[in-house]
Amino acid sequence: MKPKAFDYLRAASADEAVAGLAKGGDGARILAGGMSLVPILNFRLADPELLIDISQVKDLDYIRVDGNMVQIGASTRQAKVMAWPELAERVPLLSKALPHVGHYQTRSRGTVCGSLAHADPSSEIPLCLATLGGEVVLKSASGERRLGADDFQTGMLSTAKRDDEMVLAARFPVAENGTGYAFDEMAQRRGDFAIVAVAAAVSGSKIRLGVGGVADKPTVAEWGNIAGDELDDALNAFAWDLGGYDDVHAAARYRRELVRRLGRRIIEEARA
Amino acid sequence: MTELGRNARHNISFILNGESVSGSAEPRMLLTDFLNYELGLTGNHVGCEHGVCGACTLLIDGNPERGCLTFAVQVDGRDVKTVESIAGREGNLNDLQLAFRKHHALQCGYCTPGILMSLTAYLEDTPDPSEEELRDMLSGHICRCTGYVGMVNAVMDVVEQRKAKA
Repeated sequence: MKPKAFDYLRAASADEAVAGLAKGGDGARILAGGMSLVPILNFRLADPELLIDISQVKDLDYIRVDGNMVQIGASTRQAKVMAWPELAERVPLLSKALPHVGHYQTRSRGTVCGSLAHADPSSEIPLCLATLGGEVVLKSASGERRLGADDFQTGMLSTAKRDDEMVLAARFPVAENGTGYAFDEMAQRRGDFAIVAVAAAVSGSKIRLGVGGVADKPTVAEWGNIAGDELDDALNAFAWDLGGYDDVHAAARYRRELVRRLGRRIIEEARA
Repeated sequence: MTELGRNARHNISFILNGESVSGSAEPRMLLTDFLNYELGLTGNHVGCEHGVCGACTLLIDGNPERGCLTFAVQVDGRDVKTVESIAGREGNLNDLQLAFRKHHALQCGYCTPGILMSLTAYLEDTPDPSEEELRDMLSGHICRCTGYVGMVNAVMDVVEQRKAKA
């Protein structure tokens, strides 16, 4: 199908983009890579009055190490982040997750920040940000603010971003010495939406396990460095807490089983 | 800043397969529709029109991208290549196309233009892929005829040919 008619604004800077948002109100949407937004427009599930294209804003196309954070700008494509030579060392979890994001032909255009703004509950990038305890930088015409991943994503396809704000950047904590990271997911085909995705960060004293695709947003459990039956019990309790649902792809029961099994496997992989 | 109103057609011009082209489009016009209906091209195919099937994959500034998820106004001033760009002017097939023919890497051919364009970009960055890497990359295309085996064989053949030439 074809999208409904909209006005188009190609922004040359973040300031122009947020000025557009201030003017456009709740009818305005930011267009970055468009790999999630344009299908929704083609299906007419969304019909914005104004699209503000930031895909060619050069100042927002960057990967920057800022102290103990890696900051990624709003127009930075996933393929560029994947090809960043320092990624495996700085943010190993993201390096392991990015090959699962869409396909080669969509990562070439899709952005890291756009995936966060879209906030699909089974997406890999929001799951990584939540598991690592990263942040999102929001900008409006009246200023900037930062929100932690958990405060930013509020549910299925919904975030705490106001209509007059854009996601300016994402901030991923740099890997800590002595912490291992692992990621895996179950999808019907490689690159399809994950039925369940899991991400782990495990140190000598702490396990953080993030799960996507079960609850209405990526959800993180934190335990001491438990193992054996104690870990299985904790994973089982977590699987039930997530409140999975049945859909055409999988039953809730299957999703819980994936949380137990993939969770266990990924924690052990991160520990190794 | 460029502002384009929804109800007007806006002039755009870009480089298509090495030549300047121009036309006009409303903001909502998809690049695929612009190529097929405004410029009269037949090579780029449209399948699902929501980015999943990969038939419309083309190169924008050398990047493999989904034509159906791109608005025509977004390529103003840029460089676009479709499958028409890879054969010679007299219609001579290139090495990839010849290998597709030799290895029966297509049957109905509907998905093939997008796959050829993806591969054109992919083999530039990854001239010597493993079969696993290649299959992962091909997962961005849906082909319902071949089962992909012929495609993998064709690409591996091209990889060997290009290595022998280098």
